[in-house]
This record gives sequence, C-alpha cells and structure tokens, in this order.
Amino acid sequence: MPDLAQSPALASPQISLKGVVKNFGAHRVIDHLDLSIPQGQKVALIGPSGSGKSTVLRLIKGLETYQQGSIEVAGASVPARSSSWRLPGTKKAPVVHRVGMVFQQFNLFPHLTVQENITEAPFRVLKLSREEALERAHQYLGLVGLSHKADAYPAQLSGGQQQRVAIARALAMRPQVMLFDEVTSALDPELVGEVLAVIRAIAHEQQMTMLLVTHEMKFAQDIADRVLFMEAGKIVADGTPEQILVNPDNERTRRFLNLVEKR
Amino acid sequence: MFFDPTAVETARFIARQLANGALVTLQITFFAQLIVVSMSFVIALMRLSPWRVLRWIATVYVEILRGISALVLLFYLFFILPLFGISLSPMTTGVLGLGLTFSAYGSEIVRSALSNVSRGQRDALQALDFDSITAFRRIVLPQALPFMLPPMGNQLVELLKTTSLVSLITLSDLTFSGGQLITTLGQQTLIWSIVLVCYFVMAWPMSWLVKRYERRVTSWRRSVAAEGAAS
Amino acid sequence: MNFDYAFAWSIVPDLFQGLLVTVQVVVLGFLLAVLLGLLLAIAQRSRLCVLRRLSSGYLSFFRNTPLMVQLYVLFFALPLVGITLPAVSTGVIGLGLYYGSYIAEAFRGAIDGVPAGQWEAARALDFDSATTWQRIILPQALKPMLPVLGNYLIGMFKETPLLAVISIPELFQAAKQIAGMTYRYNEPYTVMALMFLAISVPTSLLFKYFERRSHA
Repeated sequence: MPDLAQSPALASPQISLKGVVKNFGAHRVIDHLDLSIPQGQKVALIGPSGSGKSTVLRLIKGLETYQQGSIEVAGASVPARSSSWRLPGTKKAPVVHRVGMVFQQFNLFPHLTVQENITEAPFRVLKLSREEALERAHQYLGLVGLSHKADAYPAQLSGGQQQRVAIARALAMRPQVMLFDEVTSALDPELVGEVLAVIRAIAHEQQMTMLLVTHEMKFAQDIADRVLFMEAGKIVADGTPEQILVNPDNERTRRFLNLVEKR
Repeated sequence: MFFDPTAVETARFIARQLANGALVTLQITFFAQLIVVSMSFVIALMRLSPWRVLRWIATVYVEILRGISALVLLFYLFFILPLFGISLSPMTTGVLGLGLTFSAYGSEIVRSALSNVSRGQRDALQALDFDSITAFRRIVLPQALPFMLPPMGNQLVELLKTTSLVSLITLSDLTFSGGQLITTLGQQTLIWSIVLVCYFVMAWPMSWLVKRYERRVTSWRRSVAAEGAAS
Repeated sequence: MNFDYAFAWSIVPDLFQGLLVTVQVVVLGFLLAVLLGLLLAIAQRSRLCVLRRLSSGYLSFFRNTPLMVQLYVLFFALPLVGITLPAVSTGVIGLGLYYGSYIAEAFRGAIDGVPAGQWEAARALDFDSATTWQRIILPQALKPMLPVLGNYLIGMFKETPLLAVISIPELFQAAKQIAGMTYRYNEPYTVMALMFLAISVPTSLLFKYFERRSHA
C-alpha cells in the first residue's frame, strides 16, 4: 500500500499545518506540528490523553489561537488570533463553512428541538429558506436514523441518539471536512455501536475529508486510510492502519496500544 | 502655585462636615449590623426549629419586614410609635429600623447556609450523640460559615448604603451633612457628587474583600470537588 | 391614639393616585434596568477590553453608592448639562441606572451558567456573535433569570418611597403630604404600608408560582 501522505498526486492538500506551535500558558500543547491531509482522506488521531489530539482538531476549526506557524483549510488560511475565519481576499465576506465538528459532549442546544438544532445553522448562516433547511434536516435525520425524533428535545434522547443528532447537525452544513472529537467517549458502552455505525456509513458513502480523535482502535483500523500517533504535541508515527495499529515499529506506539488493549 | 485662601477654607469646612457625617454613618452601620447578625441567627434557628409556633412567628417576621421597605419602617417607628407613647431617639430608630429590615434578609442567608450543611452530616451527628449545642457550634457552624459570609458581606454593603435613609429622620449622617452643606453653600451637583464618592470609598473596599474571599472559597471548593471526582 | 377608620377610608383615593404613579415609575424603571443590565452583561463578555472595563466600572460604582444620593445628583446634574426632565422621568432613569447594575450581575451569572460547549457548538456551526447571543445563549440564560427578575421588580417597588426625596408624587409622598396637612400620621402611613404589602406580597407569590412551574 502506498503511503498516501507522501503521494505526489496530492500536491495541494485540503488541510495543511506548517510549524504550528500552541502554548497554553507556560505549557506547550502543540510543538512545531506539520501535517498535510489530501481531500477525501479519513485520518484517525490516536495517542495518550493530553497529547494534543483534540487541540489539533480545534485548531483546524479555528476554535483555538496559536502562536507560530500557519494553518490552511481548503485554500483559506485559519488566522492565529481571530475566532472566526474568512475567505482570503474578502474582509467582511461570509465565514467559511467548510469544516464541521462533532464534540465529545454533543453540545446540542437544549432549548431547541432536534429539527431546530439542525435547521438553525443552514437557515441563519447559509441563509437557506426555511423549506430548504427543513429538507436538509429530514435528509440528515434519515441518514442517522432519527427521522421519528424530529420534534423531540435533546433531553428526551439517549446519549447515542443525541450524538447522532449532533452529527446530522454538522453534516447539514455540507462541510468539506468533518472533525470528530472523541465522539463516543462520553457514551455508555452499549450506545457506542450505533454512533460508530453512523460514522462508518458516512465514511464509506461520502468523499469528504474526515479527521477523528478516537480511542476505538478497531474502529480506527476499520475506517481510516491513515493513522497518526501523537505524543506531547508531536506526531510521532504516521502511516496506514496496517503500519501503525497492526505491526507498529515504534516502541512508544506499541506500549500505548498494549495499554489501550488492557483497558 | 496660588490658592485662594477662602477656597481652601471652604474645602476644609466641607471635608470636616462630611467626615463628621461619615463617622455617624459608620456608627449606625456598626450598631445596625450587630442587630442584623444576632437577629438573623435567632430567626433562622426559629425557622429551622421543630416547633411549629416558632417557625410560624419567624416566617411572619421575615415576610412582613421584607414586604415593607426600610424607609417606610423608619417612618413608622419615627412617627407612629410616639403616638403609642414610645419615643425613640433618631439614632435608636435608625439602628433599630435598619437592623430589623436587614435581619429579615440576613436570616434567609443564615437559614439556607445552615440547611446547605447536608442532612447526612446531621444524621452522623446524632449517631455520634453530640448534644445539639456542641454539634451546632463545632460541626454545623464551621461548615455553614463559608456559605454565609459572602452574602452577609454583600448585605453589609447594602446596609451601609441604606443608612443614607436616616438623613430623612433628622440623623446627621453623611447624606444629611451633604444636605446641610448645600443649604449653606449651594453647589448641589458638586456636593452630592462628593457625597457619592464618599460612600463609594467606604463601600468599595468591603465589596472587594467579599469578591476576593468568594473567589478563594469557590476555587477551594472546586479543587475539593475535582479531587473527589478523580478518586 | 385611636385609628380613625372613616378618615383612613377617606384618604384612600389620594393614596391610590400616589400608588398609580409608583407603579408607573417602577414598570418603566424596570424595563430600563433590564435593558441596561443585559447590555452591561453582554459588554462583560466583549472581546474589547475597553468595553469590559467600562462595564465593570459602572457596576462597581452604582452598586457601592446609595440610590438616594444618586437620585440627588441626577436631579441636580441633569439640568446642568441641559437636560430638563419632569421629576417622574428622573425617577425612572435613576431607578433604571441603579437596578441595571444589579440585574447586570444577575444576567452575568446566568450567562456564565450556560455551558462553554454551547458557545463552541455555535462557533463550530459558524454562527456570528449576534446569532449566537440571540438564538443560543440568551434563550438559555433567560429562563433561570425569571424568578431573579421578579425579586428585583419587587425590590424596586419597595424602594420607590425614596423617589419622594426628588418630589415625585408617588405613594409615600402622598402619605407624607396628607400627614403634613392633617397632623394625623397613623392612618396615612398605615394605609400606605398596607398598599405596599397588597402589591408586593401577591407579586412575590406570583413569581414563586412561575418559578415552581418552570422547575416542573
């Protein structure tokens, strides 16, 4: 299997981080990180907690500031300071909606119904008509298998259902990149399967770029084209699931995998 | 640099008058606060007591005093009590009126802090067979105190501010002194602004202390909670 | 000293006029206070340091000085800068400015109570800040605010006797005038106290009822 990251056909990556440094007070969370991801690639980020995996996702979404380096997503640069980022060359142009993100804690809006949770952003941000937004809501609720819960409030759903709604909410913006930040970590074990099944389906059907931070090694192996192992703010191993998860040649990766399996 | 001697004289006059007034304001605040603290505990314990009559009396006390404003109560004490043959000096009226009003709010603070000390704690006390006064003093109170100190501190700031009302029943506090200065000097906006700043200078340090204490207590509680969650 | 019921009854209409003014000032002052409180609380979350500082300074000053002296300053200072308003308007502004600082603090607490994840989710969906406030943060912050606002409304109502010091013909002023003219203190002040209770106790019960219902 060819190393996708180094493939010459993918000269212009969809996501590119160059020499990115992020400090949290005196603590260095991301340490001169270089990463480039071509369009359509499914990347799993693994590593011990506190290694900076989630921070990488949050940097790509522009939720975090950074001190050095540069980040580009789909040809637009993500500024180091501002919270919202804009298309190059446009000052007050609409914010780019190319990156969707799903959180560990779902973060659904508790005062809105499932359907309103999904239509809100297409309606307010993409300025779709109510009908178009509703249509999208139905489409993606169908995709995550929750059409019958359109009028429920988040509190009336199980954790797994809430997370599926959160995925539908992010997808309804039709992003080019989807970021999944430990989306099953807050779930009871019996609810993990339904969420992973939804993500698996998306990974197989859609050609969007996906980045997942996960502790589910089997799942990572199953859907990822590429696995990154992070430690102390650096990528210490980068390769196919085969190379990283099945026959790790890196000592630290091996130790980490042993630890995860024992748990 | 040249100072107009009469202006300096006037400034000193103003300062002296306001300082005297501020002293009275602090006195009233102090004595009223004594009433507030003692009555707050009495009423709170009555509301938590097992006897229905006591609970009922305490509830009526709180509801009535909270329903009437401090000013109305002051006027009632000042103008109506003499009609029943009870004459109080303005100072006593001021201290009593403010003390009673604020004790109604204070008792709620004490009550909620005391009932915050969990039921489990109280069961444990009974199992240990502490007599109830010792238990209250040694176990319940030290735990409840961090909960009640910040709101009590804020109440004290409110009390200090509210003492300005006593100027309306002829007590020569800071506000009253301001009014007197205006009758001799005019300059309403200037004098009232100075009075405003005087109150701020007295109240702000108190508010600041409360905020600081609150931050320390909450950070301590948070760290305890975090350790509890981790273990 | 006896209580003359006939006299007490005869002064009710006059006092009622005062009560109407009181209610009017309170309602308008309350609306101003809520609006101002909201703006101050939002300013506390601003990315601009200047706005945060200004808001904090405002809160600190208005919360650490007596309303009565604030009213005096307002009453005499407004005409100096060329603003001449009827006393009632001055009262509305005074109450609004003062209570705005308290309500701002309550709003701030309620806004802080909205989990950080809600802000992040809003940003992950690329909401601009106006939409985030309007659709996500404020609807969640306002619900627990309702009983708090109720308490402030009642508090403001009880504070209105103060408006007499800037000669607003509200309830307390009306009682004082009757007492001054007739040299009878018992009836006017008692009827006035009853009127205060008649408004504040039911209002307090009403808000307690709302609170219980919103918890259910």
